Amino acid sequence: MDDFFAARSQMALSLGFHIIFSCIGMVMPFFMAVSHFQWLRSGDENYRNLTKAWSKGVAIFFATGAVSGTVLSFELGLLWPKFMEHAGPIFGMPFSLEGTAFFIEAIALGFFLYGWGRFNPWFHWFTGVIVGVSGLASGILVVAANAWMNSPAGFDYVNGQYLNIDPMRAMFNNAWLSQALHMSLAAFAATGFAVAGVHALMILKHKNVHFHTRAFRIAAIFATVAAVLQPLSGDFSAKDVAKRQPAKLAAMEAHFKTEKSASLVLGGLPDEEGKKVDYAIKIPGMLSFLAHGNFEQEVTGLDRIPAANQPPVLVPHLAFQTMVGLGMFMMGLSFLYFVALWRQKRWLRSSWFLKLFVAAIPAGFIAVEAGWTVTEVGRQPWILYGIMRTADAVTPMPGIAYSFYLFSAVYVSLSLVVIFLLYRQIKMVPELYDRPAQQLVAA
Amino acid sequence: MQYVVITYLCLAILLYLLLGGADFGAGIMELFTRSKNRRAARQTMSHAIGPIWEANHMWLIIAVVILFVGFPRIYSVMSVYLHIPLLVMLLGIIARGTAFVFRHYDAVKDQMQVLYNRIFALSSAITPFFLGVIAASVLAGYINPAATDFLAAYVYSWLHWFAVAVGIFTVALCGYLASVYSIGETTNEEDKRYFIRKTRTMTLIAFAAGGLVFLAAKVENIPLWQWIFGNVVGTVAVVLATLSLGVLAYAINQGQTILPRLMAGFQVTMILLAISYQHFPDFIVLQHAPNLSLLNDQAPQATMNALGWALLLGSIFILPALYYLYYSFQHEAEEKAETASV
Ligand code: HDD
Ligand code: HEM
Ligand code: HEM
Repeated sequence: MDDFFAARSQMALSLGFHIIFSCIGMVMPFFMAVSHFQWLRSGDENYRNLTKAWSKGVAIFFATGAVSGTVLSFELGLLWPKFMEHAGPIFGMPFSLEGTAFFIEAIALGFFLYGWGRFNPWFHWFTGVIVGVSGLASGILVVAANAWMNSPAGFDYVNGQYLNIDPMRAMFNNAWLSQALHMSLAAFAATGFAVAGVHALMILKHKNVHFHTRAFRIAAIFATVAAVLQPLSGDFSAKDVAKRQPAKLAAMEAHFKTEKSASLVLGGLPDEEGKKVDYAIKIPGMLSFLAHGNFEQEVTGLDRIPAANQPPVLVPHLAFQTMVGLGMFMMGLSFLYFVALWRQKRWLRSSWFLKLFVAAIPAGFIAVEAGWTVTEVGRQPWILYGIMRTADAVTPMPGIAYSFYLFSAVYVSLSLVVIFLLYRQIKMVPELYDRPAQQLVAA
Repeated sequence: MQYVVITYLCLAILLYLLLGGADFGAGIMELFTRSKNRRAARQTMSHAIGPIWEANHMWLIIAVVILFVGFPRIYSVMSVYLHIPLLVMLLGIIARGTAFVFRHYDAVKDQMQVLYNRIFALSSAITPFFLGVIAASVLAGYINPAATDFLAAYVYSWLHWFAVAVGIFTVALCGYLASVYSIGETTNEEDKRYFIRKTRTMTLIAFAAGGLVFLAAKVENIPLWQWIFGNVVGTVAVVLATLSLGVLAYAINQGQTILPRLMAGFQVTMILLAISYQHFPDFIVLQHAPNLSLLNDQAPQATMNALGWALLLGSIFILPALYYLYYSFQHEAEEKAETASV
């Protein structure tokens, strides 16, 4: 494995790992806050148990998210020192604010996790809300940094020098809003469906049905609302990409030739050499509409992009199809859920309905990984779009392949341990939380 | 504004050493505790660091962010030439952080606990050791941007006796901090006496490790003596640190809990000051190239201003909340200790 490829793989691996934990760390506190609120309001023991059970999960995910994030903040330099040397001062603003948000999150989490029975119950509840809000804020901020890599702003690039730096304009770059919106929704949809699915599975197995029904309800409502909004925000993102990164749009749509009334390519296997897509379904005019809002307008294809600046096509295209496909599936499931809520209550207890939710457990996270693959691979060969090439940014140190192997081993074993722990956590629910209330006070 | 940023950088590094260091020390003490006492030690520590441990480690992230935003050249030179020790330190951070949480939140308490404990203790020593190595390498002057061969550029930059000795010294300091902090966390006389004994041992070890650092500096021809005693500030800092050992011993005898901690923190601060004062504003001493300095190798003005404001603004939110966090859980520990001693 050559060092450049190893560095890219290591970055992708670390981010792909981190994003799962950070999504959960961002979203679970909101679920907890709702459940906690229900417990404080109604005194229903199930809700307290649920809040506690969830908070243990959150603690595991938070710590794993925190260490993988700490690793990332070093890795940016370890792998891309040239990039960081120039980019650091420009896109550092969101990172420095993010530091504050993390700090507040960590403090609030300390209060929340260790605060049971120690503080005023509503103050305790409030610290949980703060965990969620600051987590979400940090997610949005770091995405703003990534958006800047897609849409550089806030400096003048003159003869290889970065002049007239304006950190605020860099933070609020053109890609910021669409990416932050889409990412936040994705976090809710992905975590929501995963959590709802796990509890649906437990209901199907007739384990602690009262407990799991409540859990399911909270997670499902967040998930479905987000999943219905997600394609709308995705459309907004696509229009945005069409404007700022035509090469990325062309790659993800496998759109090789510039044309008017461009057709949307569904599925298919892009043939990068032959510059065509095999086995695809084409919907005439649709791409023009999705990218620019009318059926006629010309859509830039890869033929207009100099060969040296073309991103790979196969990976972004497949990843994009995966994301959109899963997005449609999740949206459909959400509509079913709404119908069930308003018209067909009995669906909520029927096994085919719950099984659909079980099937959706990994859907959101696969879509998240796929979406990031579109964004990041679609930006290639640039690390900083149009300005710095990824190949020029990589560390001069040889032997990165070994560090990639090492990190792969670490991340794989960590994932296994986390899965193992969650499994034990869920298995213990009957013993920990299914006892009469009095015994629980000690727990 | 540049001085605000520099102050925060120094503060973040110092607080990471003091608070994160005590955390590491907790694990290090587990490593050196006979199994008879290990349980008590672990419980005391787990109780003490549970609520705050996440916050303690944020200081490292703050320091890193300040470096790459405000001093990008320093960050990138460190990242390139100290890649290997940074990598090992990161592995230590991963292992430690996850093991700590896993052992706390694993729903089933079985043999896995032994594994978590082993990993936690071991990585608690490895991480600060490499932090020490990195800190020493930054000042030792073995980083050579002109080097072309792998060993000279990426290995000898940090693999020398001075770095090893400072690594050991850092581990010893962490253990020392943890033992002093623990005295105030104990809930019964027996544990308390135990940690007082531990503190005494740790003090001796720290002294020995300090001697080792001077020895290693001599071997490597690093004018450490000159750095520390070549100026008034360094000399005074060392004298104050030594004197405060007396105060510390006295305060422990009097059964105080806060004063010993303050003294231990003060000593570590003084040691850091003594070593770094002579160099300020240089941050990285390079071979065959001008040193990188906090004053000359900054990000552009606009960035420094923005960063400074972000830090100041952040503190308005963070510091009171952090204070309240420490206060809440400290207060409770003290109440427990009181009820226990009655
Ligand atoms: C639950 C996850 C999920 C789902 C269901 C979708 N997406 Fe997505 N998408 C993401 C999760 C995601 C993401 C992982 O969060 C990305 C990566 C970068 C970003 O900002 O969001 C992303 C990126 C992303 C981009 C690239 C943005 C950029 O590079 O700036 C586009 C054009 C879309 N998405 C479009 C869509 C469309 C049209 C969807 C229709 C169903 C859709 N996404 C569903
Ligand atoms: C968490 C979600 C993210 C995922 C899953 C992700 C995924 C990836 C992938 C797959 C690559 C490799 C692309 C290639 O080389 O072909 C990559 C590269 C990279 N990403 Fe991301 N990314 C994420 C977010 C971010 C963010 C927020 C930043 C920075 C603020 C970032 C910075 C980088 C850098 C510096 C590279 C290396 C250069 C490059 O290959 O373009 N990424 N990422
Ligand atoms: C799109 C990509 C990313 C998102 C949405 C994201 C979001 C988050 C969130 C919500 C957390 C809080 C941890 C938790 O609650 O579990 C977190 C932790 C962290 N992230 Fe990321 N992150 C992303 C990428 C990155 C990158 C590229 C870096 C490094 C430069 C980074 C650095 C960190 C750090 C240092 C932490 C630990 C802070 C703590 O202790 O809370 N993140 N991330």
